[in-house]
Amino acid sequence: MTLLRPVLVAVALIALWEAVVWLGGVPHYILPPPSIVAQEFVGRGDLLAEHAAWTLIEIAAGLVLGVALGGATALAMARFGRLRAWGMPLMVISQAVPVFAIAPLLVLWLGYGLASKIAMATLVIFFPIASAFYDGLRRVDPGWLDLARMMDAPPLSVLLRIRLPAALPAFASGVRVAAAVAPIGAIIGEWVGASAGLGYLMMQQLARGQTALAFAALVVLCVIGVALYFLADALLRRAMPWVPHAA
Amino acid sequence: MSSVTAAPAGASTGHSREGQARQAGAAVRRTAIAAPAIRLRGGRVLFEGTALFDGIALDLPAGRTTCLLGPSGVGKSSLLRVVAGLLAPEPGATLAADDGMPLAGRIAYMAQTDLLLPWLDVLANATLGARLRRDPAAHAAARQRAAGLLQEVGLGERLAARPATLSGGMRQRVALVRTLVEDRPVVLMDEPFGALDAISRLQLQDLAARLLAGRTVLLVTHDPLEAARMGHRIHVMAGAPATLDAALELPAAPPRDVADPMVLATQAELLRRLAEATAA
Repeated sequence: MTLLRPVLVAVALIALWEAVVWLGGVPHYILPPPSIVAQEFVGRGDLLAEHAAWTLIEIAAGLVLGVALGGATALAMARFGRLRAWGMPLMVISQAVPVFAIAPLLVLWLGYGLASKIAMATLVIFFPIASAFYDGLRRVDPGWLDLARMMDAPPLSVLLRIRLPAALPAFASGVRVAAAVAPIGAIIGEWVGASAGLGYLMMQQLARGQTALAFAALVVLCVIGVALYFLADALLRRAMPWVPHAA
Repeated sequence: MSSVTAAPAGASTGHSREGQARQAGAAVRRTAIAAPAIRLRGGRVLFEGTALFDGIALDLPAGRTTCLLGPSGVGKSSLLRVVAGLLAPEPGATLAADDGMPLAGRIAYMAQTDLLLPWLDVLANATLGARLRRDPAAHAAARQRAAGLLQEVGLGERLAARPATLSGGMRQRVALVRTLVEDRPVVLMDEPFGALDAISRLQLQDLAARLLAGRTVLLVTHDPLEAARMGHRIHVMAGAPATLDAALELPAAPPRDVADPMVLATQAELLRRLAEATAA
């Protein structure tokens, strides 16, 4: 039933959409009915797959880089007090700059290819990872730290063997948020200037009145987002078997 | 009560070092490094602006178990944390070992909560100290020692279990083993048997008393029977700011039998002192 319910809701909404378009006489270039969008998947499947691959590469590379950089930053700030004092304001300022605003700059600096999109995605992912992980590293049971102190544990050992595993659930929440926002970075990058990718395909087809194909690209993007979230969730659960129901 | 002698608090300060060594007996030589006597003077700790204790004096004779009894919230755990060096008393206090060496690195500490790491299994938790210190040789030795002790506390079949799958009593046993595996001359324990049922409590007291022989131990407890079985010296801590009464000194070696008339008499005396302290 739990699986059936969202499926039923989706089917009902799609049926409603179809009905509204046909009964209301909405032009297809404004709102294409689901049946026409579905036809695009059959007819232009290879085109969609080609552009989806580009976007997927951008997102995946952004995720890897963003998670690595965000994780390393959080660890370094937890380990070195001076870095924390200087790094924290910088991190907050970096987040206050809207990603939309620097997208044209990144394209200017890094070109129309993959690099600027990966940089965008990395930027979007970096902050949720760094802030969630750093929070987790700081909010460790003080009793554990007392115990480690009485055991004469060196600071690096405390960081890697107590703080790090203790902060993994917080890190996981950061990764889930990151997985959800990662496509945003890539798509914005593609809108500003690109020669491939689902965001580029959408802009191009909308300009030509090929709204149905743009919708199909949007559906693929949704699937990628949802798949990423569940993949990240499954991996994180497996990595932390001691955390009950890491939802 | 003839077997129970009340000595004034701080009486052990009058003892010569040789006297303490003689008291501790052969057991002292069982630990690699001789257990020092510890002396705290002028301990003052504030909690939210009011003094938990002010100018408290505590003596832990070498190789002996000192028990600290008292009502909840009186400051027993804080006093233990001061001795551990985890809680800094107000300036003016002195805490020192009689051998003149620093205390750091010589203390094993068992807190009131088990503090097991949920991502490590039972054996890894019991050998946490060696893991954190990154000493492979010591780690191997600790594993062997821990496995044996875990067997003794009835967890021999659960070495690979995660803490979440254990009962509160089992978790406390792992924490006890972790403390004993540290093999330090000074051991500070905060209600180490609180989560256990009556029978396992007695069994673990026996085991702990055997392994703690010759070490300088401070044992915080709620249980007068536990103090009467385990302690060479027993203080009741009471009042606000809290003070220590004159210690009860028990001559026989722990663990003492529960049916021993002296143990029962001590328990009755401690209950009387506790009731008095609570009433005051």
